[in-house]
Amino acid sequence: MLKKSSLPLSLPARHFSGQGRLKSRYDVVIIGGGGHGLATACYLAGDYGVTDVAVLEKGYLAGGNTARNTTIIRSNYLTPEGVAFYEESRKLFAGLSNKLDFNVLYSERGHLTLAHTDAALRTARWRAEVNKHLGVDSELVFPDEIAKLCPQLNLSPDVRYPILGALYHPPGAIARHDAVAWAYARRAAALGVEIHTQTEVTGLKIENGKVTGVKTRRGDIACGKVLQAVAGMSSEVARMAGIKLPVKTIPLQACVSEPVKPFLDPIIVSGSLHVYVSQSARGELVMGAAADPYPLYSTRSTLEFKEELMMHLLELFPFVGGLKILRQWAGMADMTPDFSPVMGLTPVENYYIDAGWGTWGFKATPVCGKRLAELIATGEVPELIKPFELARFHRFQQVGERGAAAVGH
Amino acid sequence: MNAMRLAETYGAWLDRSQPLTFRFDGREYTGCKGDTIASALMANGVKVISRSFKYHRPRGVLSMAGQDGNTLVQIGAEPNVRADLRLIDDGMIVTAQNVFGSLENDYGRILDIFSRFLPVGFYYKTFYKPRGAWKFWEPVIRRMAGLGKIDVQASPERTDKQYRFADVAVIGGGPAGLAAAFQAAEAGADVILIDENRRLGGSLNYARHQPDYEQVVALRETLVRQVQPHPNVSILGNATCTGWFDDNWLAALVENRLVKLRAKSVVAATGSFEQPAVFRNNDLPGVMLGSAAQRLIRLYGVKPGRKAVVLTANDDGYGVALDLVEAGTQVDVVVDMRADEIRTELVAAVKGKGVRILPGHMVYEAGPGAGLRSLKGVYIDAIADQGKIAGRPSFIECDLLCMSVGYTPAAQLLCHAGARLEYDETDAMLKVNEETLGENAVIAGSVNAVFDLDAAIKDGARAGHVAAGLAGYAASDPAPAPGKAKMPDMLEMNTGEREPPHHPWPIFSHPKGKEFVDFDEDLQIKDIQQSVAEGYDDLELVKRYSTVVMGPSQGRQSALNNLRIATQAAKRPSHGLSITTQRPPFYPEPIRLLAGQSFQPMRRTAMHHRHLELDAQMTSAGHWQRPACYAPPEKRRQFIEQEALAVRNNVGLIDVSTLGKLEIRGPDAAEFMNRMYTFAYTKQPVSRSRYVLMTDETGAIIDDGVACRMGPEHFYVTTTTGGIDTVYRSMLRWNAQWRLNVDIANVTSAFAAVNLAGPKSREILQSLTDDVDPSQAGFAYMEVRTGHVATIPARLLRVGFTGELGYEIHVPSSQGEALWDALMSVGKTLEIRPFGVEAQRLLRLEKGHIIVGQDTDGLTIPQEVNLTWAIAGKKPFFIGKRAIDVLSTQGLYRQLVGFTLANDAPMPEEYNLTLQGEEIAGRVTSIAYSRSLEQSIGLAYVLSDQTAAGSTFKIKLSNGQRVDAQVAQLPFYDPEGQRQEL
Repeated sequence: MLKKSSLPLSLPARHFSGQGRLKSRYDVVIIGGGGHGLATACYLAGDYGVTDVAVLEKGYLAGGNTARNTTIIRSNYLTPEGVAFYEESRKLFAGLSNKLDFNVLYSERGHLTLAHTDAALRTARWRAEVNKHLGVDSELVFPDEIAKLCPQLNLSPDVRYPILGALYHPPGAIARHDAVAWAYARRAAALGVEIHTQTEVTGLKIENGKVTGVKTRRGDIACGKVLQAVAGMSSEVARMAGIKLPVKTIPLQACVSEPVKPFLDPIIVSGSLHVYVSQSARGELVMGAAADPYPLYSTRSTLEFKEELMMHLLELFPFVGGLKILRQWAGMADMTPDFSPVMGLTPVENYYIDAGWGTWGFKATPVCGKRLAELIATGEVPELIKPFELARFHRFQQVGERGAAAVGH
Repeated sequence: MNAMRLAETYGAWLDRSQPLTFRFDGREYTGCKGDTIASALMANGVKVISRSFKYHRPRGVLSMAGQDGNTLVQIGAEPNVRADLRLIDDGMIVTAQNVFGSLENDYGRILDIFSRFLPVGFYYKTFYKPRGAWKFWEPVIRRMAGLGKIDVQASPERTDKQYRFADVAVIGGGPAGLAAAFQAAEAGADVILIDENRRLGGSLNYARHQPDYEQVVALRETLVRQVQPHPNVSILGNATCTGWFDDNWLAALVENRLVKLRAKSVVAATGSFEQPAVFRNNDLPGVMLGSAAQRLIRLYGVKPGRKAVVLTANDDGYGVALDLVEAGTQVDVVVDMRADEIRTELVAAVKGKGVRILPGHMVYEAGPGAGLRSLKGVYIDAIADQGKIAGRPSFIECDLLCMSVGYTPAAQLLCHAGARLEYDETDAMLKVNEETLGENAVIAGSVNAVFDLDAAIKDGARAGHVAAGLAGYAASDPAPAPGKAKMPDMLEMNTGEREPPHHPWPIFSHPKGKEFVDFDEDLQIKDIQQSVAEGYDDLELVKRYSTVVMGPSQGRQSALNNLRIATQAAKRPSHGLSITTQRPPFYPEPIRLLAGQSFQPMRRTAMHHRHLELDAQMTSAGHWQRPACYAPPEKRRQFIEQEALAVRNNVGLIDVSTLGKLEIRGPDAAEFMNRMYTFAYTKQPVSRSRYVLMTDETGAIIDDGVACRMGPEHFYVTTTTGGIDTVYRSMLRWNAQWRLNVDIANVTSAFAAVNLAGPKSREILQSLTDDVDPSQAGFAYMEVRTGHVATIPARLLRVGFTGELGYEIHVPSSQGEALWDALMSVGKTLEIRPFGVEAQRLLRLEKGHIIVGQDTDGLTIPQEVNLTWAIAGKKPFFIGKRAIDVLSTQGLYRQLVGFTLANDAPMPEEYNLTLQGEEIAGRVTSIAYSRSLEQSIGLAYVLSDQTAAGSTFKIKLSNGQRVDAQVAQLPFYDPEGQRQEL
């Protein structure tokens, strides 16, 4: 074999490094190098000057659900708590490229949640009314208006589930999911945060009800505070802290088509038909459906998912039959009973949680980072995330967002 | 005759007796039956088939096997068609994709010239400054996206799907696959052989393998002859296996159909993909894989070029050279990357044709013709070190460069099933890690790193033997090589063990770049290096940042070289490293084939046609169709009120067949009911019914209905129309834990049911039954009877959702229509009136009964909707009890109340908000105008301090207007409940 020689390299600034040496102690350890963990690290360092932070990631950077979601951003939720929370996130998203000096390709496309039944129409009205009351741009629209917003939709009444109306949310957007995580990682790294990929956490050191250290495959670390932000594995990691979460982990699948010239402007969601679809900046249709029918820790994809999704997609867009599916994949969704996340304090002192992100995690990335950073830095639970505390389940005080989940689960 | 068409001894897949005419990019061309679009164009001397995704560079044939993104074209409404696979049709109109202007003169080419200003990750670094700039740039960039076009007017045909079963599925009909299929079939297994080509034989159809091509042809025929007529073998030809899912569930596209196949064991004999070398301008039309040139010659009778150079790192390149020379292409030189001169029969044969051989050399750069539309020649130099040339290049003129520098296993399907590919530095190739193979999966042939023809056939036979064993067909003898006895000479014809046919570093960077690693995405060496340098050093991150391997070919030609370049740039060892995850499908799947025939079932009750005869307006309720009301659309509201009044004052009949129905039987039936529902059922007397309310673990209401105790160990339970599936599934799931001795049967479709309601209902029933006494004394409110109605065996329930005297009558579905007819006929003199769901909703609203799902949401607990009475306080357990107990101690946050509106008030809509001050208190869940009460009435959630009867609260209309509502006592109608207990 020939001897290796290195290729000529021009070396621009690294955005981040994933493989430095682990220190023996950090003020804050964040378990999970996805969007949420990286955003939290970034705001900790940027807004609060907390820079002695290590983000520990089991695999590659942002390779979990950050890499697998379908990138939809919206704030048309059902509860006042949910609406306020996601609206702050949406606003942060809109200014993110400039704030982080990294174009996350944020693209306002408008978001239509189609209603095919009287019940869905009622829920759409409910959401529209709550949104409007709280200053979020949403309205209930009917087929004549839908035809203007998305003329490609099959609005014929002569189908099995005719479109009766829709919740229209003009600020609904998509963004480049990976870029969001990278932008946060780059800024966090520049501020002194250490990012350690391929560094799996295997245990926690808890003394007198207080977390004091983290065990990893690369050695043990002492720490002041710990945040877990590991969507898809939340129950498993929380278990290390002795915390049982009200979470069922269910595979959620998605797929993309080959790229074609843009023909679909808005994001289209149909709860009754279990479809959501948007066209990405590359021209691919990005599509998803309901979560799988049963809990499972697996990211294998299924044929049945595609078959059902495509059958329903053709109901909405009969003309895409010749388009081809290029790739399918699955992520794991930590579903809570009320379809709202879990954020904040835990029974373990200095151990903070960011979990229960089901199918709505990506759109919360900025607000989650910002508010969890506030919590970790100040010790005060921000009002905005107080309703989502873990303890609510002990009191059975839920934040019911089932009606506003992307697709009826 | 086409300019580049070879004599009839070539082109085994053509039918030259049938010339076909088609159009491409506005011009007319002639090919013949069996030609692909690409082969026909090549025969006509057309080399440019597409423009690249990013830089709009001209591209031509690369693999000639549909495995790259270079030949994507548009046919009518169908975008992204692989021109090197799709056969031409007479009159077919093919257009180029992703061009601004024409294929020949594409203004998008400007992007190539400016490409050095478009580095990897370019989008992430630009366009967003100053604030607001992105709003301008985004639509501009969006217009550049995508390849082909969608025709929004198209309406695709719907096709069926097919289900197949096999003991052994063999994927790939090349030498290894044929041997495997034969061996497994001989062992007695039912074999399905899936092959993507028109003819079995794989590389035996086009590759040289050795100097005497006739022997290759004969070997193919012998192997095929063994398999094709074998009674245990079924062949799926023209079939692309696209996915390998759990439990050997295979998806295959077979012409116009999705075939789904379950196999006990699977042999993957999927072969390998020839890999390109990476050097400047390696993407020019005229630069192609050696195997592509051989396919053009042998399958399609096309001379791939007039003057060729062959770049090789293995013996296969000599086969290519020999094929070219014999086909009339001038081959001046074979550039062999290997340092030492090789002495084999093939090399000798090539030398014998007067071809110069240059060992230890490399093609360093390809020289373009005008507009990059063709190849003018290649720059050749001696290799000084890995990836480095001596610096004394010489130019050789040619219009064709064939590359044979290595292979990568076509292991995508294996990876779907869980296998892992790992880079082997010694052999300079990716290999399937055998330990990661899925259950009952076997591999054979070149996907298994067996490249020698003889060895591949033996490997196939072994795999077939193993697979048959896994499927339960253990052959008594160890596997003999198939056909060994019949064709010993042929199996000895090869030269034995070979060096691995892969060069470890066919990658030569150029100061001016344009050495393409990924053709789909126009990515050059520096793009990969820069990704790594910027910190995106994991292969997954290189992919996501640079988009390498993300294009239509999903990395078939780029994953291997990307791995080499990226790991070197990251200064990491490549040995043992895997490429990025391979995900289904293996080959792009048309959406319409996945969708198949639309299956959107609709359920109709036994009385459906009677409703239509009565001019019912049907409405959807879950899968069911139900009458909303019996009225012409313009009189809808008026008729609904009349239907409701008929029930109040006379008698009405409603089809309630859509209710969910369950039979719960067994010694533990009452205990089971007690756990599933909130009420108490152990002491429920036989022949009595009781309300049922189901909550989930959080105490939230999920369904309601009625439970009839038919016997000590037998309950007949109804659920809501939409709730049955959830309730039934939930019951099965819970009892899987509880193991109570109970049988749960969903009998929804076994029974048709009606509700005969109104003061005169008893009169009608009286005249239709002999064995049930419908009087108050004989059949009191909430009692259950079995008997006959109009001689039809029936279960009768005295229940009162409408608040009037009424009987729910359940009969076998087959008798539903007869029951309806009998009741309507006897009721005629009493002016019985059928009523629909809308009238029923009004009637129940007047009675203050909730509809689960409309008046409840995912969090509603019984206390909030005045159903505390339906909770048996003394029971030790029911699902949701703990939550309800906890919540009971906390005081209610909100409550559902009845309300009335002033008669001149504007009418709110259902799910308008209720307010307390400016805070959201809740929402209106039901609202209607009641003719009986001559008032607008409704149900709404308000905060628990807003519930005092007579107090008022605000409703916010959709237009923002506020309306006063007054809290009313429930029920609105007949508060004493006297009418239903008549």
